[in-house]
Amino acid sequence: MAVRTLLQAIHDALAEEMRSDERVMVLGEDVGRAGGVFRVTEGLQEEFGPYRVLDTPLAESLIVGSAIGLSVNGMRPVAEIQFADFIPPAFDQIVSEAARFHYRSKGAWSVPLTIRVPYGAVHGGALYHSQSNEAYFCQVPGLKVVAPTFPADAKGMLKSAIRDPNPVLFYEHKRTYRLLKQEVPEEEYTLPLGRAKVHRRGQDITVCSYGLMLQYVLEAAERLSGEHGVQTEVVEPLTLYPLDRETILESARKTGKFLVVVEANITGSVAAEIAATVAQEAFEWLDAPVMRLGTPDVPAAAFARPLMDRLIPDRARVEEAMLELARY
Amino acid sequence: MPQLGESVTEGTIARWLKAEGDEVEKDEPIAEVDTDKVSAELPSPLAGRIERLLVPEGATVEVGTEIALVATGEEPGPDGPAREDARSEGPTEEFPAAGTRAQPVAAGPGESRAAGRGEGDGRGARVPSAEELRLRRSSPVVRRLAAEHGVEISSIRGTGVGGRVTKKDIEAYIREREARPREEAPPRPAPPPPRERVEVHEGDEVVEVTSVRRAIAERMSRSKREAPHAWTLVEADVSGLVGLREVRKEEFRRREGVNLTYLPFVVRAVVESLKEHPVLNSVWDGDRIVLRKRINIGIAVDLEEGALIVPVIKDADDYGIVGLARRIDEVVRRARQRRLSPDDVSGGTFTVNNPGALGSVVSTPIINHPQAAILSAEAIVKRPVVLEDDAIAVRSMMNLEVSFDHRILDGGAALRFLNAVKRRLESYTPESEIG
Repeated sequence: MAVRTLLQAIHDALAEEMRSDERVMVLGEDVGRAGGVFRVTEGLQEEFGPYRVLDTPLAESLIVGSAIGLSVNGMRPVAEIQFADFIPPAFDQIVSEAARFHYRSKGAWSVPLTIRVPYGAVHGGALYHSQSNEAYFCQVPGLKVVAPTFPADAKGMLKSAIRDPNPVLFYEHKRTYRLLKQEVPEEEYTLPLGRAKVHRRGQDITVCSYGLMLQYVLEAAERLSGEHGVQTEVVEPLTLYPLDRETILESARKTGKFLVVVEANITGSVAAEIAATVAQEAFEWLDAPVMRLGTPDVPAAAFARPLMDRLIPDRARVEEAMLELARY
Repeated sequence: MPQLGESVTEGTIARWLKAEGDEVEKDEPIAEVDTDKVSAELPSPLAGRIERLLVPEGATVEVGTEIALVATGEEPGPDGPAREDARSEGPTEEFPAAGTRAQPVAAGPGESRAAGRGEGDGRGARVPSAEELRLRRSSPVVRRLAAEHGVEISSIRGTGVGGRVTKKDIEAYIREREARPREEAPPRPAPPPPRERVEVHEGDEVVEVTSVRRAIAERMSRSKREAPHAWTLVEADVSGLVGLREVRKEEFRRREGVNLTYLPFVVRAVVESLKEHPVLNSVWDGDRIVLRKRINIGIAVDLEEGALIVPVIKDADDYGIVGLARRIDEVVRRARQRRLSPDDVSGGTFTVNNPGALGSVVSTPIINHPQAAILSAEAIVKRPVVLEDDAIAVRSMMNLEVSFDHRILDGGAALRFLNAVKRRLESYTPESEIG
């Protein structure tokens, strides 16, 4: 086991898959010669050459469109959308094409495509480098959307995503690339998609979250336990679509108090879907209204630092929401 | 305004072919419409009478704008007169997209169901607030546990927000209850034997018992059944008070806007006397007596059709004569208008009855369960009275009685209280200040 950052874990997954399967390739803006704007693909072009690590033109529809074409012709492309904010031009390719090939062709064609999407707000990122838009794709049957927060999960799930014969969107919170470090097994392993994870067990409240927010939730859970005697159960969906409803509901039924924390704009977010599921299917066990915390419905994210900090849930607000729920 | 072309966003009413008041048949041309692509006649989608043309000739409006009102003569449903909003069904017929049909007419605000709230008659359905529901019904899991274990949510102390009973609270309560040695379940009271019905003879009128009457019947029976009533009477010489009222009543009416009756004086005297004799402001609790700190005086109000209601003046000791006069006037008025809320008629600690207003000189009131006592103020009658020096004079006399729960207190305490009230009422003179 070695300690790896999220960024390194993703890099390792890519490198290992490319070594073991020559169909695996990487394409995107600045991924080749520059090694990626975040350095995720550093060294890959040197090792695997310019035909397996492609620098694409600045056109997301092309990146995904050509990746779809590559994938139906035998390759296993891992396309990178440099920032989640740039994904709209690729939307048509993802939703109208990649998601439907298998269904439309009655199974004759499949699209073993992985799309890596760095997301999440950073200071100075402003409107085009900050968005959390995973919810756009969480209602398109035919797609899978995953967003593992920690390095070990990310590595195992990226491998599974690459090996998955269907399109998978792999969301990575850019602010956690270097922030989160973890012991990652060195031997070969994968983690199945579609399974949620309980990070921490508790009796009093359940908090469901992912990305940087999950890190805040875990920190707050520690403080709540130490300072207030509140025991928090923390659940990470890992796969946002389709959700592991069983794990989530089991926790909701156990504690009766449920909060979802996301960084995305709250209305129509993944949090909303999780909350609705819990409200409907865990109703008889609920001891409090199902709560959600997210960024208010304002364009994400503000360029001015104080404004961004004010709107995106921070550690204090996450803790406050958890405490309020515990006290209900 | 219809959409006459795929990229067309607005249209101009070049000419109305119909006028207000005209009858129009379905598909009959109603207007000539110009767009930047095409001119066309617009067929009416409805048959009826044109009530109003909303857009003048020559005006350009966006696609979807209402251009005319047509009365179709059908039952005016919640939509009122049908609107001629010829928004196209979309360029392709086979996809009547959800929501292309114009929104039903926005319901007028008149239908407000909020009428059921608060202001309704005291017995009307009131929409409970979130706070009330939280206390009464808590949460799904608490209700379920309560039902499963036969526990009353209201009997548990709540540690949740606003005093809500949380899941933890009820679970702890259930655990505790199970840990306690099982008490003998109280024997089920034998069901009351079927009542013998009264024979109804010809000419008799049968009046159904209303829920109010039933409630009063229940209350009175219970009070008499549980509390051994004892009763005592004193006579008060209130000539000074009568004189005071005579002198002051006009000015009072003018200044305060309410009548000055004897009742505020009685209530004030009662309140002050209760402070000295708190045992009459208490509740019997089996093995203990709870002396209430707050003095909430119920005022018995007789409502015309033989119903009795007792609105409560909370913290009556906060008010002077003027304040009491106002409060009494207000609650009596609200009582007569049926505008009392459950809060207005609960929480009383002592009741003052005023049969004197109807001419009674002696009455034996029934205690307002679960209070300790009730005071009646009778009519003020001029009577010949023998004074200290054996002279006979005509004085205004008012009988004051108290019915009391003999479990809680004895005649001595009752009379000490009653005499305190009498003393206070007798102390008024025409020169007294009304505070």
